[in-house]
Amino acid sequence: MLSFNTLVAVCLVYVMLLFLVAFGADRSAARNKNRFLNSPLIYTLSLSVYCTAWTFYGAVGYAARSGLEFVTIYLGPTLVMIGWWWFLRKLVRVGRTQRVTSIADLLSSRYGKSNLLGVIVTLIAVVGTTPYIALQLQSVTLSFSVFARDRSAGWVLPDLDATALWVAGGLALFTILFGTRNLDVNERHHGVVTAIAVEAVVKLVALLAVGAFVVWGVGGGPSGIATAVDEAMRAAPGEAWAIKGGRWVGLTFLSAAAFLTLPRMFQVLVVENLDERQLSMASWAFPTYLFLMSLFVLPIAVVGLATLPVGENPDLFVLTIPLHYDRDGLAMLSFLGGFSSATSMVIVASIALSTMVSNHIVMPIWLSTRPGGASVSGDVRQILLTARRLSIIAVLALGYLYFRISGGGAALAAIGLISFTGVAQVLPALAGGLFWRGASRNGAAAGLLTGFAIWAYTLFLPSFGEAGVMSASLLADGPLGIGWLKPQALFGVAGLDPVVHAILWSMILNTATFVTVSLLSFPSPLERLQGAQFVNVLDQSGPAKGWTMPMATAEDLLIMAQRIMGADEAQALFQAQAASQGKGGYLPDTTPDFIARLERELAGSVGAATAHAMIAQIMGGATVSVDDLMAVADETQQMLEYSQRLEAKQSELTTTARQLSAANEKLTQLSIQKDAFLSQISHELRTPMTSIRAFSEILRDGGTAHPDAAGRHASIIHDEAVRLTRLLDDLLDLSVLENGQVELNPQRDVLSNLLDRSVSATSSVIDAEGLRVRRYPMHEQVELVTDTDRLVQVFINLIANAAKYCDASDKQLRIKVGRRDGELRVDFVDNGSGIPPESEALIFEKFSRLTDQAAAGGAGLGLAICQEIMGKLGGTIAYLPGQSGGAFRVTLPLEKPA
Amino acid sequence: MTKQVLVIEDEPNIVEAISFILSRDGWKVSTHANGETAVQAVYDASPDVLILDVMLPGRSGYDILKDLRANDATRTLPVLMLTARGQRTDRELAQRLGVSKFMTKPFSNAEVLETLNDLVSG
Repeated sequence: MLSFNTLVAVCLVYVMLLFLVAFGADRSAARNKNRFLNSPLIYTLSLSVYCTAWTFYGAVGYAARSGLEFVTIYLGPTLVMIGWWWFLRKLVRVGRTQRVTSIADLLSSRYGKSNLLGVIVTLIAVVGTTPYIALQLQSVTLSFSVFARDRSAGWVLPDLDATALWVAGGLALFTILFGTRNLDVNERHHGVVTAIAVEAVVKLVALLAVGAFVVWGVGGGPSGIATAVDEAMRAAPGEAWAIKGGRWVGLTFLSAAAFLTLPRMFQVLVVENLDERQLSMASWAFPTYLFLMSLFVLPIAVVGLATLPVGENPDLFVLTIPLHYDRDGLAMLSFLGGFSSATSMVIVASIALSTMVSNHIVMPIWLSTRPGGASVSGDVRQILLTARRLSIIAVLALGYLYFRISGGGAALAAIGLISFTGVAQVLPALAGGLFWRGASRNGAAAGLLTGFAIWAYTLFLPSFGEAGVMSASLLADGPLGIGWLKPQALFGVAGLDPVVHAILWSMILNTATFVTVSLLSFPSPLERLQGAQFVNVLDQSGPAKGWTMPMATAEDLLIMAQRIMGADEAQALFQAQAASQGKGGYLPDTTPDFIARLERELAGSVGAATAHAMIAQIMGGATVSVDDLMAVADETQQMLEYSQRLEAKQSELTTTARQLSAANEKLTQLSIQKDAFLSQISHELRTPMTSIRAFSEILRDGGTAHPDAAGRHASIIHDEAVRLTRLLDDLLDLSVLENGQVELNPQRDVLSNLLDRSVSATSSVIDAEGLRVRRYPMHEQVELVTDTDRLVQVFINLIANAAKYCDASDKQLRIKVGRRDGELRVDFVDNGSGIPPESEALIFEKFSRLTDQAAAGGAGLGLAICQEIMGKLGGTIAYLPGQSGGAFRVTLPLEKPA
Repeated sequence: MTKQVLVIEDEPNIVEAISFILSRDGWKVSTHANGETAVQAVYDASPDVLILDVMLPGRSGYDILKDLRANDATRTLPVLMLTARGQRTDRELAQRLGVSKFMTKPFSNAEVLETLNDLVSG
């Protein structure tokens, strides 16, 4: 009775209806009349996207094959909704506060906005979901085939593959129309969610109707069903219906994990969530929905086994039982229920996957291939939509491909479990990201890749069958005959169910890798900040919050402060604060006072507004994006570095300026000294010249005839000329000595001889001044090799000085000789009052006469010359303070005895 | 009437030369060699004109000139300054202090005589 045309027409009408519902919902959402749309009921019903064609058809088949084990698939989500409510709430809160668009986006955002991670999760999701989509194709195709086989009313399906292709194409079109109809891709899909809710009702009603018909129409009420169950259990081959503890635990865990990580579940749970309070109703309503969905699964299975011909596919009992009893209407409803299940899953999954693919793969590639890709113009939205549409087609094409390659033969439940295990690999990174601040990007990536690889190796690739991707020998003996690498018995763990085996190894190694690499790698600041945001999301964005935050926030504040103020200053500030609170370390309690103080400190570097935004960002109440914040912080850091460089430059300049100033001062001093020197020379030359000129003029004019006077005048001229000559000699001597152009003439002699020469050379002045010279000849027998003439010159100077300047009434000079440390010391000590301490530093300067000119009789160059000479001879001359009178010491290195 | 000149100079040979020249020209010459007691010597001698050296033991000629110009009795006393340091700054300093005439050594005997005669007659 049900013709192909009728079936297709009903399908089309149904789809049109859904489309209208979606359209209406979008319209009313746009007009803000969305109170109904926001109701937790819609949200709860949209969660039913978990119940796919697998649940609708496959659960019955599962029950027919393995008894009650199908319950695990409902048990997992139920446990999550009831027992892991806190996990869900955190997930939803994070999703809302971070405005994530998919599970890939969430992980990428959590781990420092790493697109690498986004790509990995996207690929896992695509590969993991592909079997699932194939499963929907298969179930819809099978349901068509049921009608075709049972009813030869006008049409015969030509080919299952072709049907699947038609179905895939239709679903792609359907999804594109639904999921990407909105130009604004960032908004929630009100229409789709409402349509999904309608479909949820349809599939529940259909399954309940079939169930009621089976129980009361065919099976003879609950008691009849109970009998049928007993019979079926006895009839089941081997241990098929026995409850296996390991499988139960594994599958319950798996379905719970999949409930959280499946892209379509994440889409409806988190992305489409409008209000966190929707969760509280869903937490009891959705388990109820699941309970109702599972209520009649076992009865349908046992009645199907008992009443239908042997060999009938139990996956299709929901359809075949009504058809068997010629209930066309019920069959139609059942078909629509299955169709709803399949379409809702495919639509939501494709939307979720296409969002990931376009956001994490297509757009980055497109942007990077564009010249000047950073400047995004208005056409991006259209590009994005196109990318999503193409992604949807690609996803469905992949599903179809899997359907073709896997041969469409595997039981629905088996395909579903493979898919679950694949996407469950995201769980460790997800849970770690939400609850463990130490979780790092590298850890997440390594864990995901490890788990994914093991899943592919132990479950996904073998699922293509022995003639599929893996050879039979590889499956039986392992790669290259290595037994412990057998895909379905890794590390020698044999005898496990393949699914449990895959769950066990993939999750253990995934988690272990994730934790290990996280512990070993150091997260970037952005990662740490995002980590804190995610882990502390419930504390931060709670409705009533003061500035009372856990220790973790102090660490974030410190990290931020270091970026702004520099590590040393920030640590000092925090340490001081911690110390004032009586704590060690760098992490004080974040008291309001401290927060206010820190804000002021930061404001000094970045300005008050930015500082407040930064503090607010970390303490909660996020109003700026982390990216903005980081950009600000980085900029500030750069400015800080720049200003530090400027500071360094400035201090360098200051130093240079100081050096220049010192050099300038020195030059000025030298210039003054030079002027003074020239002035001195001028005076010293002009004075004798004056006498010479005056007397020579007197002589020339012949103004006096007195011969005695003339003779006297002539002798004055002579004396002054001698004095002038001596002065010039001294100047030249000094000049030569100072310029280092002097040639030494070393000779061997005994010190006593040199002193004899010196004393006799000064005998005239000694006699004139009445100086007594005391010597110690015993000590003077020292042999020297030096420029003896120069040394005698020094001695003469010292003796003459003593004669001229000693102010004692009974002038006396002692010449003492000593030897010490390989040097010869000759001390000239007189009995006068010596040189005043304030003048000691001056006496070796040129023209430094301490007494008046007349008494000195020299130009004051003597000691300066002596000093130059001793320097040339390798010795020294110094004034000895603290002696009984004026005292000079001449030292000279002694030759070592050969 | 015989004019009297006081020569304050510490180089004995120069003192002898100046004394000889001025005496021959009919001046009454007295001399003094110490800077510290020079001002008192001026008051004691009360000469018609003064010849003053700059670099004197004890006190410089500039200080002596300043004292003389500060005292009414010697404010207008003609002073001929002789110095071996003939730099411009020295001359300027002397003029600021009120010197009558400034000459650098070595000098021409005739010029000294002429200058002194000008100073006492003018």
